[in-house]
Amino acid sequence: MILYCLYRLLHVIPVALGVLLSVALMIHLVPGNPVDTLLGEFATQAERTQLREKLGLHLPIPHQIRAYIEGVATGDLGNSLVYNRPVAAMIQERLWPTVELASLAVLVSILIGIPFGIGGALWHGRWFDFLCSAISLFGVAMPTFWLGPMLVLLFSLYWGLLPVSERMGWSSYLLPAITMGIPLSAILNRMTRSSMLDHMRENYVRTARAKGCSRTSVIGKHVLRNASLPLVTVIGLQFGVLLTGAVITERVFDWPGVGTLMLEGLHNRDYPVVQGCVLLFSASYLVVNLLTDILYAFVDPRIQLQTRSTKHG
Amino acid sequence: MDKKKNYFRDPRILCSLCILGALALAALLGNWVELYWPYDTDLSLRGAHPSWAHPLGCDLNGGELWVSLLRGARVTLYVMTLTVLLSFTVGIFVGVVTGYQGGWLDTVLMRLLDIVMAFPGILLAMAIAAIVGPSIHTLIFAIAATGWTSTARLVRGQVMSIKEQDYVLAAIALGASTPRILWVYILPNLWSVLLISAAFSLSGVLMVEAGLSFLGLGAQDGAPTWGSLLNQGRTVLLEAPHLSLLPGLLILATVLALNFLGEGLRDYLDVR
Repeated sequence: MILYCLYRLLHVIPVALGVLLSVALMIHLVPGNPVDTLLGEFATQAERTQLREKLGLHLPIPHQIRAYIEGVATGDLGNSLVYNRPVAAMIQERLWPTVELASLAVLVSILIGIPFGIGGALWHGRWFDFLCSAISLFGVAMPTFWLGPMLVLLFSLYWGLLPVSERMGWSSYLLPAITMGIPLSAILNRMTRSSMLDHMRENYVRTARAKGCSRTSVIGKHVLRNASLPLVTVIGLQFGVLLTGAVITERVFDWPGVGTLMLEGLHNRDYPVVQGCVLLFSASYLVVNLLTDILYAFVDPRIQLQTRSTKHG
Repeated sequence: MDKKKNYFRDPRILCSLCILGALALAALLGNWVELYWPYDTDLSLRGAHPSWAHPLGCDLNGGELWVSLLRGARVTLYVMTLTVLLSFTVGIFVGVVTGYQGGWLDTVLMRLLDIVMAFPGILLAMAIAAIVGPSIHTLIFAIAATGWTSTARLVRGQVMSIKEQDYVLAAIALGASTPRILWVYILPNLWSVLLISAAFSLSGVLMVEAGLSFLGLGAQDGAPTWGSLLNQGRTVLLEAPHLSLLPGLLILATVLALNFLGEGLRDYLDVR
C-alpha cells in the first residue's frame, strides 16, 4: 500500500511542476506587451518600468519561473494589481464559501443520484427506471448557467420561497448547491444503475440467493457494497468539473467564492489573481485525483496488484 | 452481425439527425432569412414578450429574438465545427504518433497531455480566452487547446491495440512503409470510434462555448451566441423570462440530440 502511494505520488510530481510552469508563464500569453495592455498608450516610462518590476517581467524568463515557484513554495502568490493586496490573502478569504458550496453540491448529488440509481436498477425496465433515465439524460445535458437562473425564477422570483443570491442563512445555500449538484447527480445515477445491474448478474448473487438470503439482504450487503466502488472514482473525477462549475454557479448566484474572484480578475486584467486562482483550482484537482486513486486502491486491492504487474512487465 | 442494420432504424439517431439537420439548415439559411427579416432593432420593444407580431418576443436590443437566435446558431455552429476539427486534427496526429511509435516521443507527449489535463474542466480555456482577449477565434483556439487531449488519449489506445493485429503485422512483414500502414490499415479502423467521439465532443464544445459566452469571455464581435443571449437574459429574469428560457432550451435540445446521436451510433457500430 505504501509502495503504491509512493508510486502515485511520484507520478504527480512532474505534472505538478508542469502546471506550475504553465501558470508562471501564463502572462506571456497576453498579445504584445502585457505592460502596454495594462497601462494603455499614455503611460509614462517610469510607470511602465515600475509595473514591469512589479510583475517581475524585467527578469529573464528562467528567473521569472524560479521567482514564481519560490513564491508559491513560501505561500506568496504576488500582489493584486487592482487592490494592491497579497493574492494569497484574497484567496484565503474566498476559499471557504467555495469549499462549502462544492461539498454541499457533492452531498446533494449523492442524495439524489445514488438512491435513484439503485431504484432504477431494482426496477430495471419498469416505468420508474425509464423515468430516472430520462431525467438523468436531461440532467447531463442541462447547462448550469441555465438551470440556475430557471431555479431562481421559480423558487425565488415567482414563489418567493428562497433568497435570490448572496450568502446569508442556510436557505441561501440550497439553490446554488442544487444547481451545482444536479449534473453530477445525473452522472452518479447512471453509474450507480449500470454498476448495480452488472453486479446483480454475477454468480455470487445467485449463490447467495440460492443459499436462502433475502433479496434485500443480498442487495444491501453484497451488491451495493461492490457496486459502490466505481462511484468513488466518478465522484473524484467529476470534482474538476465541479470546480469549474463553481465559477459559473458562483456567477449566477453572486456567491463570494474563489470562482467569482477569478472572474473579477479575468475582467480586470488582474493577472496575479488569475494565476493564483488557476493554480489553486488545478492543485486541488490534482490532490483530489491522487486521493481518489489511493482511496480506490485501498477499497479495491486488485488495483495495486495490477499496477505492480504492469510495472514488472 | 447477421443482417445489415439501417442507421435510421434507431429512433435516437433519427430524431437527433432531424433536430441537428433543422438546426444546421436554419444556420445555413440565416443569411437568406436576414434579407427578408433583417435584424432591425427598436429600443421601445426591448425585452418584449412573445406575441403575434413578435413570435418569440424581442431581445434586449429590441430586435426579434428568433432572428438573434438564428444568428446565434450560425456563430455557435461555426465555433463547434471549427473547434472539433482543430482539436481532432491535433488529437488524431498526437494519438497516432504516440500510439504507433511509442518510445521517448510517447513519454514526452503523454506527460504534456497529463499537464493539460491537470487543469480542471474549462478552466484553462477560460484563462486563455480572457488573457488573449475575447474573440471568436480565441474562443476556438482556447477550447481546442484543451479539447485535443481526450481525442489523443482515445486514438492512442485504439492505435496501440490495432497495431498488434495480425493484418498489421502481415503488412509490416511484407515491407509496407510506415505512412502506408498508418493510412491504409490503421486510420480506416479509427473512424467509427472517432465518429462517436465527434458527436460527444460537439456537445461538449457547445456547453463550453455557451459557458464561456455566459461568463462574458466568448465572442464579442458580430452576432451574439446562445450563451451570451442567456447572459443578457439573466439581468432581466423577472421582466423577460423568455430571454433566458429559449436560448437555454435550444442549447439543451442540441446537447441532447448530440448525446443521443453519440449513444445511438455507439450501439449501432457496436463499439465499446
